[in-house]
Amino acid sequence: MSTLSRADVARLAALARIDMSDSDLDRLSGQIAAIVDAVALVSEVAGQDVPATSHPIPMSNVHRADEVRPSLAPADALAAAPEAEDGRFRVPRILGEEA
Amino acid sequence: MTDWTDPTQVTRASALEMADAMRAGTVTSVELVQAHLDRIAAVDGPVHAFLYVNAEEALATAAAVDADRATGAALPLLAGVPIAIKDVLVTKGMPTTAGSRILEGWLPPYDATVTAKVRAARMPILGKTNMDEFAMGSSTEHSGYGPTHNPWDLERIPGGSGGGSSASLAAWETPLAIGSDTGGSIRQPAAVTGTVGVKPTYGGVSRYGAIALASSLDQLGPCARTVADTAALHEVMGGHDVMDATSLDEPVPSCLEAARDGAANGLAGVRIGVVKELGGEGYQDGVKQRFEEGLDHLRALGAEIVEVSCPSFKYALAAYYLILPSEASSNLAKFDSVRFGLRVERDTIEKTMGATRAEGFGDEVKRRIILGTYALSAGYYDAYYGSAQKVRTLIQRDFAAAFEQADVLVSPTAPTTPFKIGERIDDPLAMYLNDVATIPANLAGIPGMSLPAGVAPEDGLPVGFQILAPAHEDARLYRIGAALEKALVAQWGGPLASLAPELEVAP
Amino acid sequence: MTAATHLVGYDDAMKAFDPVFGIEVHVELNTKTKMFCGCENTFGNEPNTQVCPVCLGLPGSMPVTNEKAVESAIRLGLALGCSIRESSRFARKNYFYPDLAKDYQISQYDEPTSYEGELEVVLDDGTVVMIGIERAHMEEDAGKNTHVGGTGGIQGASHSLVDYNRGGVPLVEIVTKPIEGMGERTAEVARAYVATIRDIVRALGISDGRMEQGRLRADVNLSLRPKAADGEDQSAVPFGKRSETKNINSLRAVERSIHYEAGRQAALLLAGQPVVQETRHWHEDTSSTTPGRSKEEAEEYRYFPEPDLLPVEPSREWIEELRATLPEHPAKMRARLREEWGFSDLEMRDAVAADALTLIADTVAAGAAPQAARKWWMGELARTANEQDVTLPELPVTPAHIAELQRLVDEGKINDKLARQALEGVLAGEGSPAEVVASRGLEVVSDDSALEAAVDDALASQPEVLDKIREGKVQAAGAIVGAVMKATRGQADAGRVREIILARAGVEG
Ligand SMILES: [Mg+2]
Ligand SMILES: [Zn+2]
Repeated sequence: MSTLSRADVARLAALARIDMSDSDLDRLSGQIAAIVDAVALVSEVAGQDVPATSHPIPMSNVHRADEVRPSLAPADALAAAPEAEDGRFRVPRILGEEA
Repeated sequence: MTDWTDPTQVTRASALEMADAMRAGTVTSVELVQAHLDRIAAVDGPVHAFLYVNAEEALATAAAVDADRATGAALPLLAGVPIAIKDVLVTKGMPTTAGSRILEGWLPPYDATVTAKVRAARMPILGKTNMDEFAMGSSTEHSGYGPTHNPWDLERIPGGSGGGSSASLAAWETPLAIGSDTGGSIRQPAAVTGTVGVKPTYGGVSRYGAIALASSLDQLGPCARTVADTAALHEVMGGHDVMDATSLDEPVPSCLEAARDGAANGLAGVRIGVVKELGGEGYQDGVKQRFEEGLDHLRALGAEIVEVSCPSFKYALAAYYLILPSEASSNLAKFDSVRFGLRVERDTIEKTMGATRAEGFGDEVKRRIILGTYALSAGYYDAYYGSAQKVRTLIQRDFAAAFEQADVLVSPTAPTTPFKIGERIDDPLAMYLNDVATIPANLAGIPGMSLPAGVAPEDGLPVGFQILAPAHEDARLYRIGAALEKALVAQWGGPLASLAPELEVAP
Repeated sequence: MTAATHLVGYDDAMKAFDPVFGIEVHVELNTKTKMFCGCENTFGNEPNTQVCPVCLGLPGSMPVTNEKAVESAIRLGLALGCSIRESSRFARKNYFYPDLAKDYQISQYDEPTSYEGELEVVLDDGTVVMIGIERAHMEEDAGKNTHVGGTGGIQGASHSLVDYNRGGVPLVEIVTKPIEGMGERTAEVARAYVATIRDIVRALGISDGRMEQGRLRADVNLSLRPKAADGEDQSAVPFGKRSETKNINSLRAVERSIHYEAGRQAALLLAGQPVVQETRHWHEDTSSTTPGRSKEEAEEYRYFPEPDLLPVEPSREWIEELRATLPEHPAKMRARLREEWGFSDLEMRDAVAADALTLIADTVAAGAAPQAARKWWMGELARTANEQDVTLPELPVTPAHIAELQRLVDEGKINDKLARQALEGVLAGEGSPAEVVASRGLEVVSDDSALEAAVDDALASQPEVLDKIREGKVQAAGAIVGAVMKATRGQADAGRVREIILARAGVEG
């Protein structure tokens, strides 16, 4: 695992939808690379035959009965929207394609 | 004895004393709330523990409790006792920001489960406390709304991310506060402000309505100035919640009973394990000294002290700084300017999201989101995230082995006393070291407490003593913590916070 | 665009190349509530009226799995012949899009509930094709974007509006293994496969399968590869680059999108140009596809286990309980019923197309003869449904009503014409057929003296009829029968009237 480059940081920031100016990259990419180098310590255990733990307390089959709960009042649903129109959340045009 | 007619003395009482006094009719909830609001007005300028003060509603709640009490109605134990809530919990009708500019002015349309429990316990909510943005930090310097200052020394950090909650307790602005602990954000601030904080067993307190940082690590918990107060608040917050699938379906532990037992009956027969890896090099001398004295007290109380080793802890910090950023990068994706929060408008939604997140998030949040995005990306997942999850298993095994030898484990909570604001702000790796002793508990899901161990002789600043218990055994923390606290308070002549220098009071 | 400007015809494309395809079908489950929250799962409401902190992705909210959705997903997996994982889990699929409230989709990734199945698909000519199922996993649907300005499409829009009512609706995504060797029958097989999935989810009762409402949607992957030389093994030839046509919402479009894509790709390949691996959008109006996102960007989904949810570990006992609830394979059930009922192919196909099989079966079970049941549902009732623009099951009449109606006819209490009037009354909510017959006074007149009087009246005005009958023109009696029916407003027993006329003519009936 090698140190993260400035270009890597720029690409990751784009993937994470965070605009980065040159000065942002100047300030942050070195720090991020240093953190990556430090956390690479975990690779020492990569080869070990140990199961992964994703939940600290093992549990399973926690389900909810298929019963209706009240939804938000429409005014509450839209109250915090930066912009709304016709009961919908309004966003600037979408450049990408539909998923 | 507290003079309940003296507002200065009123705010120095414990929560349980306040509850007793209300029951005895010597003070009203309105008087208590007003005294704390006055204190906030007097000292919070320089301390900056609160992001929002909920004066009107708190007084209304207090008045309703007083009225009900006058009718002789049965009330919950802490009814009428004021409380402060970390701004990570959503509160209907009160702005909730999680310390981030991206949520400035957001009024949630719903209450977190714990908020609802606090309301059901009839506790007036004084306001929302400051925190590192999205709980990312150990100093509260990463708040989007400016740092909180440590009441012991206003030039120093109050710990983080729950520095607002810890400082509000140390500044006598509230007797109780709620915190959240992902890697130590309750315990480390408690340590550096001379207060008490508990991270319950993962799932012991509902996370529903707590703005998620790292879902598999986050846990809400109680903060106070005494172990018994912390226990009482723990019982208010805890319990199963159908809205949180990871919530434990088991009874709330009997924390207060355990605390009373510990204080009354000592610790004969209790085995206490000192974790070899959580001490020594990198720990400040005064911290080590006060920790050792704490061990002496425990021995004197009848406990047996053994040394245990947790060799995988050396990977804990690295694993934590992979798991947390990974989960956080996903949890914080929803801050996209569409349904709530800040929007920096551009001509397309893609550019709008990028600009909004650039402006709304601070540097630490950006660093961690990018780190997490990297750790989860194809080709790196196994090496980073996958390995970190293996470390988690190894750490759980270390704990399991250690708890074979001891009923609880202990260590200093933080390697140092509070450092100066600004000192580590540009050195993330140095900042991360503050949580080296608290992180293993989060990775393993076990409960932990920090309580005051005294002040370091070299700087006169507070030192924290950490106790860790096996999962589901939260009550042990209170038993041992209360016993140790009793011995220390007897030595100090009062709670540690009362040894802090008096804050200047605004006219 | 580098694409060749003219397409190669489907048949030519299939002659020149060997097609390989795969289909992903998304089925919206008909649970009462959404996948991870208690909001109602119903279609067509005012925007953003079925949303809560969870499905709006508000800070602090957390998902909890809908048990009924898990049950439906397991039943579907079993019906597809899949194995059910002892422990499956949800993951987060991370990507930013305004209709995705949390900016990640909760979906199953490396540990889907159902895997490795096989489904029998019967083509129109009876050919049976086995389709390998790779997996069937649970996930949540996204909300809906409406593009404003321009032509209403995403291109040229000034802005978009988002409705999250559909966000969080439970989906099962069924993914086939690559399907090879179908040659020119590729499009037909693809269509029949999706139709079979639709029939199965309906038979299971877990989804209405209505493609036109997007309740069942298909993504079709297609690639072409060179034909193996004579004597060579076709499966040894590597797959070509594939396109994935998204969100196809009719059976016809499944077929036509394959026609189009095969032609487009063949044209490129024949012109020596590469096929780009990409997603494409289907356009119903032009029956063509246009390119969407390129794959490289789309695939950085950063999947990881959903930390807010726990593993799903269905017990063996529960799985066996669910297996016992499985309906017969729709194609097999159709073959069996056709045999039992003695329907022609055409009659069977029409009944299936009209969604009438269950209704007919229930009517037969209630005592009616299969052909009689078919005639009611596919005749009078199909007409009524059509006029009212509703589906057959939505009509306010039950199979028990129809069986009762037919019994009244069979017993001679009413004739066909009266039966239609009785049915009209049932549809108007006047009660059961017997009740309508009683209240409207629709019983056949079988009182001989009244009928004889009516016959004699009619004969008085047409006396020549008796002579014609005596001359052997028995069909002449029809005129008198008609007159009597008219006089009795259709309530006469036509058979009995005929007997009386023949008796009057002195001829044995
Ligand atoms: Mg999918
Ligand atoms: Zn919802």
